[in-house]
Amino acid sequence: MSDALVRFEDVSFGYGHHPVLEGVSLEVGVGSFVGVVGPSGSGKTTLLRLLVGAVRPTSGTVQLRPGLRVAYVPQVETVNWNFPVTVGEVLAMAQLGKRRLPWRSAEERRAIEAMLERLGLGGLAERHIRALSGGQQQRVFLARALIGSPDLLLMDEPTSGVDVRTRHEILHLLEELNAGGTAMLLTTHDLNGIAAHLPHLVCMNRRILGQGPPAAVLTPAVLEATYGARMDVLSHAGMPVVVDAELQRPRRVS
Amino acid sequence: MDALWEPFTFAFFRNGLLVATMAGALCGLIGTYVVLRSMSFIGHGLSHAIFGGFVASSLIGVNYLLGAGLWGLASALAIGAVTRRRPIGSDAAIGVITTASFAIGLVLGDVFRGPQESFDAALFGSILGVSGRDVASVASVTVGAVAVVFFAYRRLLFTTFDPDVASVSGVRTARVDALLMLVLATSILVTLKVVGVTLLAATLVIPATVARMMTNSFSKMLWLATGIGALCGFVGMILSYHLNWKSGPTIVLVGTVLFCVALTFGGRQGRSRVDHLGHVG
Repeated sequence: MSDALVRFEDVSFGYGHHPVLEGVSLEVGVGSFVGVVGPSGSGKTTLLRLLVGAVRPTSGTVQLRPGLRVAYVPQVETVNWNFPVTVGEVLAMAQLGKRRLPWRSAEERRAIEAMLERLGLGGLAERHIRALSGGQQQRVFLARALIGSPDLLLMDEPTSGVDVRTRHEILHLLEELNAGGTAMLLTTHDLNGIAAHLPHLVCMNRRILGQGPPAAVLTPAVLEATYGARMDVLSHAGMPVVVDAELQRPRRVS
Repeated sequence: MDALWEPFTFAFFRNGLLVATMAGALCGLIGTYVVLRSMSFIGHGLSHAIFGGFVASSLIGVNYLLGAGLWGLASALAIGAVTRRRPIGSDAAIGVITTASFAIGLVLGDVFRGPQESFDAALFGSILGVSGRDVASVASVTVGAVAVVFFAYRRLLFTTFDPDVASVSGVRTARVDALLMLVLATSILVTLKVVGVTLLAATLVIPATVARMMTNSFSKMLWLATGIGALCGFVGMILSYHLNWKSGPTIVLVGTVLFCVALTFGGRQGRSRVDHLGHVG
């Protein structure tokens, strides 16, 4: 399968008679950074679930390069923040080698400390996950994913529910990791804050309605087909900025 | 002072104390997973379902561990089948099948006039019926459960905290879940006669809940819950003898006192830690 890490070929999936994905063909190459955008219920998360084998396509094929190491970062909204785990314990979960003993070896502890330092979480290993800031919480789960040195990192809405500053931090961190050779596939609702900054975008609503660089994909026609609403695209510092066309109409003052 | 040591001169009490302490530790250990996975209702239901098998096997003269074990397995399969084939949720299926199984046990015991003391022991717990074989059964299951938790620690934790990501990371979560259910079912089976089916869910839930109020670390919670469970079993059994109360309720009441102490002195932080823990349905 050439140098692609993952290849979806004419993939369809549905729950009973309710189609979620139809005829999706997509490739994720070595070192690529792909963002998937679309409205809620458009099949973005299902795409990730198909990739990790959590669900099987009703037709078509999903091929993964043999021996591909995939790691998944869940949406922070789905995490049980009341669960009694410390940051160190979260990272240790992913250390699933041959070692069967509950406690971590000196080597595993060093790997955890190094990963925490790398993601700016040094000294927080004993902290409960709820006692962290939004950006730190997201980075803990990123650190857990990275500790297995994945070839491909999957992220479901990595910036949902975080403030602007944290969003910048996460985006820069992901760019840095991608520059280091880790391929990225993420879903996002954030067209201007995240999607417009990525090298490759996929617009989907059950089927793929456009893919390519943001400047080529974020067009009024593709966005209307994807979201079912009129949107205008402006340009700011050479980057596309999506605005809701309805909000631009002049209001009549009575 | 002599009165305090008096019960230790009786073999039945020593057996009962040993079993109650091990059963408390076992329920505390497994209860940690039960509480964090919001499986309290399953534990509650399984103990009730097993009672039907306990009565039936007593009446036909089959070893109760075998009879009640098979009955429990049949109930679990029935729950699975009903949930799959009918448009009702698993909670409703557990509620219907396990309480029906419990009711069958009560009716069988009433109609066929079996050994009432033995049935009472299974319902409310007793130290009188604890034999050397019961000690060996509880000890074996306790050692087995500790071995499972020890060697599958990381996989159990990952699957409990984040089953989807655990699955993506290569953990066979269905196998881990099945292993935990097996340990839970055998734990319920062997502790039945000491604690009693009506109170078993409490011995699973209380030590883990108290432990959760005391720590934010999973590993510490696991060992704290085991220790608290053992303490409840030990103290409860001694009090049960001296106060002439049934062992099951006494063990649960000791746990309840510890829970109240933790709730009172644990402060707002302790209470907030148990905000969203699973509950008995």
